[in-house]
Amino acid sequence: MLAVLVLHAVAALLAPFLVRGLGNRALYLLALVPGGTFVWALLHRAPMSETYPWVPHLGMDLALHLGTLSWLMLLVVSGIGAVVLVYCVRYFDRGDESLGRFAGVFLGFATAMTGLVVSDDLLLLYVFWELTTVFSYLLIGHKGQQAAGRRAAMQALVVTTAGGLAMLVGFVMLGHGAGTYRWSEIAAGPLPEGSAVAAVLILAGALSKSAIWPFSFWLPAAMAAPTPASAYLHAASMVKAGVFLLGLMGPLLAQAAPWRPVAVVAGVVTLLLGGWAAMRQNDIKLLLAYGTVSQLGLLTVAFGAAGRTAALAGAALLLAHALFKAALFLVVGIIDRRAGTRDLRELSGLARRTPVLAAIAGLAVASMAGVPPLAGFVGKESLFAAFEHGGTTDRLVLIALVAGSALTVAYGLRFLWGAFAVKPGVPEVAWKKPGRAFVAPAGLLSVAGLAAGLGASWLDRVLTPYGEMFGGEGEHLALWHGFGLPLLLSAAVLAIGGIVFATQLHGRPWPRQRIPQAESVYMRLMSAVDRAAVEVTGATQRGSLPFSLGIILVVLVILGSSTLLLGGVNWPAGIRLWDTPLQLVVGVAVVASALVAARSRRRLTAMILVGVCGYGIAVLFVLHGAPDLALTQFLVETVTIVMFVLVLRRLPIRFSARPLRGSRMIRNVLAVATGLVTSAMAYVAVGGRTATPISADFAEPAVSYGGGHNIVNVALVDIRAWDTMGEISVLVVAATGVASLIFRRSGALQRRRAEQGTQPARTGSWMRAADNPEARRQSIILQVVARLLFHTIVLFSLYLLFSGHNAPGGGFAGGLVAGLALTTRYLAGGRRELNAAAPVDAGLLLGAGLLVAVGTGAVAMVAGGQVLQSALLDFHLPVVGHLHFATSAFFDVGVYLIVVALVLEILRSLGAELDRQHDAATREEKRALEKQKEPVG
Amino acid sequence: MTPNLVYIVVIGVLFAAGVSMVLERSLTRVLMGMILLGNGVNLLILLGGKAGTPPIVGLGPDEEMADPLPQIMILTAIVITLGMTAFLLALAYRSWAMSGHDEVQDDVEDRRIMQLAERDQGSGIDDVDHGVNR
Repeated sequence: MLAVLVLHAVAALLAPFLVRGLGNRALYLLALVPGGTFVWALLHRAPMSETYPWVPHLGMDLALHLGTLSWLMLLVVSGIGAVVLVYCVRYFDRGDESLGRFAGVFLGFATAMTGLVVSDDLLLLYVFWELTTVFSYLLIGHKGQQAAGRRAAMQALVVTTAGGLAMLVGFVMLGHGAGTYRWSEIAAGPLPEGSAVAAVLILAGALSKSAIWPFSFWLPAAMAAPTPASAYLHAASMVKAGVFLLGLMGPLLAQAAPWRPVAVVAGVVTLLLGGWAAMRQNDIKLLLAYGTVSQLGLLTVAFGAAGRTAALAGAALLLAHALFKAALFLVVGIIDRRAGTRDLRELSGLARRTPVLAAIAGLAVASMAGVPPLAGFVGKESLFAAFEHGGTTDRLVLIALVAGSALTVAYGLRFLWGAFAVKPGVPEVAWKKPGRAFVAPAGLLSVAGLAAGLGASWLDRVLTPYGEMFGGEGEHLALWHGFGLPLLLSAAVLAIGGIVFATQLHGRPWPRQRIPQAESVYMRLMSAVDRAAVEVTGATQRGSLPFSLGIILVVLVILGSSTLLLGGVNWPAGIRLWDTPLQLVVGVAVVASALVAARSRRRLTAMILVGVCGYGIAVLFVLHGAPDLALTQFLVETVTIVMFVLVLRRLPIRFSARPLRGSRMIRNVLAVATGLVTSAMAYVAVGGRTATPISADFAEPAVSYGGGHNIVNVALVDIRAWDTMGEISVLVVAATGVASLIFRRSGALQRRRAEQGTQPARTGSWMRAADNPEARRQSIILQVVARLLFHTIVLFSLYLLFSGHNAPGGGFAGGLVAGLALTTRYLAGGRRELNAAAPVDAGLLLGAGLLVAVGTGAVAMVAGGQVLQSALLDFHLPVVGHLHFATSAFFDVGVYLIVVALVLEILRSLGAELDRQHDAATREEKRALEKQKEPVG
Repeated sequence: MTPNLVYIVVIGVLFAAGVSMVLERSLTRVLMGMILLGNGVNLLILLGGKAGTPPIVGLGPDEEMADPLPQIMILTAIVITLGMTAFLLALAYRSWAMSGHDEVQDDVEDRRIMQLAERDQGSGIDDVDHGVNR
C-alpha cells in the first residue's frame, strides 16, 4: 500500500513535466497510476495491514490498514480518478498552459485521498484529511483570476479546515482515552471514557467535509472548479471522506449517545434541503451540486444510523452515487465545452443532436432515481428496508427518506429535461460533436452503475464483512427482495417524483426554502475577523520604524525595571571597580566617543567615533583575556571603517534633518532609561552566576578530541560547527545582497566579468603600473608599497588560518587579514589594481568556500561520523615532515575563503562599482554642459 | 561573581547611545546605532564569564583561564555584524541613489491599513464577502 502512495506522489511531482513534454496525452500515462491501483485493489481483497516506523519518538507509525469499507473507497477513488484523468485529455484544450498544474494538483489530491482511506493511525488520517482540503482549495481556485473562484476556494478551505481541527481534537481525546491512535486497536476495545464529546467533534469534522447542513453552503460555491475536478472531488471522492469516516467509526462511536441523533437529523435535513434547492437551479452544474448535497445527506443517514442493514445499504449507495454522479458531471462538462452554456433555459434540443450522451445521462439519472436494476435501486431499497420495522423515530426517518428520494427523482428528471429536451420557444443550441474519447469515460461510469446493480449478489458478498461489524441480523443486498414495503416505497418514490416534476414543469417556479444556513454566520464571522485584524494592525503597525522600535524598547524598559524592582531579585553584595586600572582608561574613552557619536550630526565624525568605540572594545577584550575576540574585533572594525568611508564619500556630509525637539526629548529619555535598565540587568545577572560554568571542562577535550590548544577556535569549528555554518551562510547571503543592491542592472554584472577577464597580461611584471591609466592619478609610492606588502600580508593571513587551532587566529581572522590585503591594493590603485590582485569572481570564491565547508561536514558523515564531526589525522610527508591536524582545519579553510570573498565583494561593489557609477555620472554632466554651450558658440 | 563597575557603565552608555541613534530615520545613523548596541551586547555576554589568561591550553594554569564560552559566542556575533553592516550600507547607498536620501520612510501598506481602521472598513480583499448578498 505504501508503494501505491509513493507511486501516486511521484506521478504528481512528474505530472507538470510530462504534460509539458507530451501535451494532453501525458494524462493517459498518468491515468495508469490510479488505474493500476484500481486493478491492484480488485485483485487484493481486504483486510490488509502494513506498518512502517515514521516518528518513533512520538510513537507515530505509517500504519496502513485496508478494511472492507476502505477497500470500497479505494476502488472508488482510484477507479474514478483514472476515468476522470482520461476524460481530462479532451476536456482541456490542446496547449492549455494550466493543464500541467492541474494534473499535478489532481494527482496530489489522489495521493492524499488514497492515503486517507488506507491510514490506520488517526493522526496520519488527519494529515491526509487536511491535505485533501488543501488540494481541493487549489483545484477550486484553479481559475485564480476570478474573484468568485478565489472566494469559493477560501470558503471551502476555511469551513473544512475548521471542521478538521475540531476533528483533530476529537481524535486526540479518543486516542488519549484509548492509549493508542491505531484505529484498528481502538475499534477492537471498548469505548473509552468521555467519548461523547470526542464523537461530537469528530462528527463536526465529518459533516463539514461532506457538506452536510448546516455546513453545506461551501459545496455549491466550489463548483467554480473545472468540471473534472468537481466530478472527482466534489462528487466521487473528497466529499465522501466525511461519510466514509462516519462509516468507519460508526461501529464503535455509535455507542456514544450523541452520534446517531446528530448524524441522522443532520442527514435528513440535508437530504431534503439539498433536493429542494436543486429544484430551483437553472445552472445544470449547480443543480447537480445541490443534488450531491442531498445525496450526501442520504448517505449520512445510512451510515449515521449505524445499523447492519443501513450501513450495508450506505456502502452500496456510496458506490452507486460515485458512479452516477461522476458520470453526470462528466456529461455536464461535455455540454459546457461543446454547447458553451450550462443554463437549462438556453439548452434545447440536445437529445436529438446527441442521443448517445442523452442515453448515458439517462442511465445515470435512472440509477440516481433508484430505477431497477441499477446500483442506486439496490442501495435505496435496502435503506428503506433498514427503517422498515423500527419505532416512531424510524417511521419518521423513513417518511423523510421517501420524500427526499422523490425530490431526487424530480430534480433528476429536471436535469434530463433541462439538458436535453426540446423547449418550446428556445432556439436549438450550437453543438460541436464531441469525440468518442470525450464521451467514453462518462459512458463507462454509467454502464458501471448498471453492472453494479446487476451484480448485486456479488456486491453483497464482498460488502457483508463490513455490515457484520455492526452485529445483529440484517437484510442482504439484492435486486429482488420479493413484494414488501420497500418495493412499494420504491415505486411510490418514482411516481411521486414524476408527478412533482410534471406539475413543476408547467406551474410557477419552485418556492425558496427559508431554513437558515450557516453561510450568513460564516460571512459575518469572516467579516468580523477581517475588521478586527484591520483595527489591531492599524493600532499596532504604525508603519514608522522609530515608533515600532520605540514600542519594543518601552516594553523592555517596563518589563526589565519592574522585574528588577518587584521580582525579588537577589542584588549582588559588592562591586569591583575594575580588574586593572587600564580598563578604566579604555572605558572612559569608549564612553566618551559613544556619547559624542550619538550627538554628532556629521556622518564621517560619527563613523570615526563609532570606530574608536569598537577599537576600545577590542582593547577591553585583550584585558579580559580574549585575544581571539580582540584580533577579530580589530580587523572587523578596520574593514567596517573602510566600508563606511567608501559609501560615505558619496553621501551628503551631514545627516538629514533632525527630528523635532519634542520627539528628541522622548528619544533621549528612552535611551537613558534603556541604558540604565541594561546596566542594572548586567549587574544583577553577573551576580547571579554561581554555578561552575560548563566551559570549565572544555580544556581537556579541546586538545584530545579537537586537536588544538586554542579552545575558542577549536569550539568554533567543532561543537559550534553548525552555528559557524549558519554564520558563513549569512555572510554569503550578505555578500550576494550587497552585490545585487549595487549592481543595479544585469548588464553591470556582465561588464564586471568582462573587466576581470582583461587584466594586464602576466609577463612577470607584477610591479608594473604604467599600463594602468588610472594609476597616473594615484600615488605611485603607495601602489608600490601596497604591492610589496600584499604577498606578505596574504602569507600572514595563511599563517593565522593554520595556526588558529593552537594560537589566536583561525579562519575568520585569517580571511579578514587577506581581505585587508586586498583593501590595501584597492585603496592604493583603484579597481584595476583590485582586479589584478584578485583575478577571480567573488561569487565563485563564495561558492568554493561554501563547498569546502559543507564538503568537510558531508565527508565526516560519509566516513561514518556525524555531520561536521572532526577527526585527527597523523601522517608523514617526505620533506615536510610529520603532520598532525584535525579535519576541522578544512572547515576553517571554507570559512577563510568566504570571508575573503565577502571583503572582495564589498570592495567590488561599494568600491569599484561606486567609482564607476560616479565617473559615468560626471562624464554625463560634462557632456550635458558642453551640449548646452554649443548652440551659443 | 562580583560585577565589574567599568563594564557595567560602559554597557549602559553603549546601549543608551545606540538606542538614541537607532530611533532616528537616517539609515546610516541607524546602522551606527546598531553597531554601538552590538558592542554593548557583546560586552554584556563577555561579562557573564570570568576574566583571566587567554583560553589557550598550556598558556597558564587551567584555573586562571578566562571563560571561553562567552568568547565563542561573541566571535560569531562580531563577524555577523560585519555582514550586516555591509548589507545595510549597500541598502543606504541604494536608497540615496534612488531617492536622494537614506531615510527610512513610513511603510505605505501600514499607512493604508491605518486609514482603513480610521474609516472602520475591512481590508477589502475579495476573498471575504462583506455584504451578505443573497
